[in-house]
Amino acid sequence: MSTATQPASSLASTASGGSTDGSVHPVARHPLDAHAPDVVRVLRDDGTLDPANDPGLRSDEVLTLYRAMVRARLLDERLVLLQRQGRIGFHIGCLGEEASILGSAFAMRENDWIFPCYREFAAALWRGMPLQRYVDNMFGNTNDPVKGRQMPDHYTWKRGKFGSVSSPIGTQITQAVGFAWAAKIRKEDLTALVYFGDGATSSNEFHNGMNFAGVFKTPVVFFCRNNGWAISVPTERQTASETFAQKGVAYGVPGVRCDGNDLFAVIKVTRDAVARAARGEGPTIIEALTYRLSGHSTSDDPKAYRPEAGVDPWKKLDPIPRLRRYIERTIGWTDAQDKELEAELDAELKAAIAVSEKTALPSLESMFEDVFGELPWHLQEQRDELLRGPRAKGHGH
Amino acid sequence: MPQMNMVQAINDALRHEMRRDQRVVVLGEDVGKVGGVFRVTQGLFDEFGDDRVIDTPLSEGGIIGTAIGMALYGLVPVPEIQFSDFIFPAYDQIVSELAKYRYRSGGEYPAKLVIRTPTGGGIRGGHYHSQSPEAQFIHVAGLKVVCPSNPADAKGLLLASIRDPDPVLFFEPKRIYRAAKGEVPEGDFTVPLGKASVVRKGQNVTIVVWGAMLYEALEAANQAAAQGIDCEVIDLRTLWPLDIETIITSVKKTGRVVVVHEAPKSCGLGGEIVALINEKAFLHLEAPPKRVTGFDTPFPYTLEMEYLPLSHRILPAIIETARY
Ligand SMILES: Cc1ncc(C[n+]2csc(CCOP(=O)(O)OP(=O)(O)O)c2C)c(N)n1
Repeated sequence: MSTATQPASSLASTASGGSTDGSVHPVARHPLDAHAPDVVRVLRDDGTLDPANDPGLRSDEVLTLYRAMVRARLLDERLVLLQRQGRIGFHIGCLGEEASILGSAFAMRENDWIFPCYREFAAALWRGMPLQRYVDNMFGNTNDPVKGRQMPDHYTWKRGKFGSVSSPIGTQITQAVGFAWAAKIRKEDLTALVYFGDGATSSNEFHNGMNFAGVFKTPVVFFCRNNGWAISVPTERQTASETFAQKGVAYGVPGVRCDGNDLFAVIKVTRDAVARAARGEGPTIIEALTYRLSGHSTSDDPKAYRPEAGVDPWKKLDPIPRLRRYIERTIGWTDAQDKELEAELDAELKAAIAVSEKTALPSLESMFEDVFGELPWHLQEQRDELLRGPRAKGHGH
Repeated sequence: MPQMNMVQAINDALRHEMRRDQRVVVLGEDVGKVGGVFRVTQGLFDEFGDDRVIDTPLSEGGIIGTAIGMALYGLVPVPEIQFSDFIFPAYDQIVSELAKYRYRSGGEYPAKLVIRTPTGGGIRGGHYHSQSPEAQFIHVAGLKVVCPSNPADAKGLLLASIRDPDPVLFFEPKRIYRAAKGEVPEGDFTVPLGKASVVRKGQNVTIVVWGAMLYEALEAANQAAAQGIDCEVIDLRTLWPLDIETIITSVKKTGRVVVVHEAPKSCGLGGEIVALINEKAFLHLEAPPKRVTGFDTPFPYTLEMEYLPLSHRILPAIIETARY
């Protein structure tokens, strides 16, 4: 594993990413940073794998992952349409980040836990959350895992050892550290992987989490999806460090960078980090170099801040066609098979949407449940008052 | 029954529960070898070791954030915040995360832990070692808030808090940490959350109070008695959810009420109690409810005894209410 103590090579000289007004440290983060020597890459341009880092996947595993990536892409596209049609309120996707999310989720062992940020619905589905439940979350209906209490894409799936999505940025980081720490105290063989974006590395809890994890050598994997942006703010506004992996140095946490659009590289570095944690050697921070090809969420239009020319190089690095080229070459895959897959996934999604849209909204009294373990008197009073009172019109009613 | 002060009683409760339940862990700044800045956790490190009595880095956000993770795992963390004034770096974890976990996850992830923290003034601590921020947590859906006033309650309420399914903020009035002494039941002993205690029975004026100010209220009640005013004094013990029944029953009897708290007046818990009395017992009131509280200034150092709602300020309020 390469560590953050290695210089980030050619970065400083290719100063194309910094702002020109001098207000921001001019560190370049060229999209093709993914080709810098300290960045772990496995899938080569010619579609072959670097044998030194090949995680050795079986072809059925590769196909399952390809399918999951295509499914995530299709969900992103269709959910944006649903939002535009006013049928759901919001969606925050992972378009372009599918390899980072699914590769890392795949690399976790069955006993390991995942602490999500919010773009990782593909990891929840990978962990066994039924598509129907995910779509129910989009509609906030009575079968939504969080009973319509949070915005869409704030799901949870405990059965799959998958945490609970919160809106405030970075808060899950210390929680993952505490969870892994507890497991270590209890001498249980499990690790926790926590997802966050590059923006979250500026949050209090990133620093708290890294510090605690470093001091107590907790079995945790910090997975930073460096997707270039935190809404409209580019990475060079988040940090003057050359890399995000490098931030581990200050906390005694080894850092590694990988090509986040290369499924095999993500699996390789995550597996290494998990193995390291499981051996009792402590945390690792992974910086996955990837790119958010779409807007931040359905509430965002990147045209306002992001020149299209910056996106183009990343389109060439899109993880799905890259994997597609690999499976076409090694396993054999045709356009017809893609069409078939898409039709199948589309039908599955359409059916789920139809069910979700017909499913009742959560009951009025459910608003008062789960605030406390038992309903205290003041909530009983307020519930009874609401039930007796007039009903709202519109917005979900 | 052994005599203890509050510090000893809380220590006894922690030791008892850590022996009984292997999942209980204590973490915080200086809680290990030194036993906490007020020595509340003294001796626990020697008995339970550094896996269960953990000195953490100096970061309240880190302490509470990791404690939430431990709770999600299935441990029962009892983090200590050295002074309640320093709880604010952890405010986001408490308010946005701890308080919301059960609700936001549709009941999937109930996260529970007990945050212990010394609170209140009167110890020459200046405003970063003297505040009473309880109302700021009561306003947050999903938290329970407790504040004992004597050693037996401190033990019983702490054990009940640790066993409660919800997150609890356990405010320990540091002014009476060693000053309040009393008999404390040995072994397993709980005081139920949500139940106030009527510390003094009376017919004319109800005084609602909690924490260190209880003793000031009792002092004022004794002085009022000399003037023929018979006060009933209610120690809330659990601040939220509060024991409204005991308050209303008393106010229906006396028709007069004075609420006393150290925290600033505006938007304090006293305001909420008065509002509830208005909603539930307005026609029983013989006088406007009064509040005797800290002022809406930062907590002052030199003039702290003027800031605190001590008996000399409570007594005139009692008389005014009684004579209204
Ligand atoms: C504490 C907090 N501040 C601000 C926001 C609003 N917000 C939501 S997402 C976001 C950007 C996050 O960027 P990053 O961490 O890089 O993750 P990405 O969305 O790029 O995956 C912001 C500012 C928030 N949710 N929480």
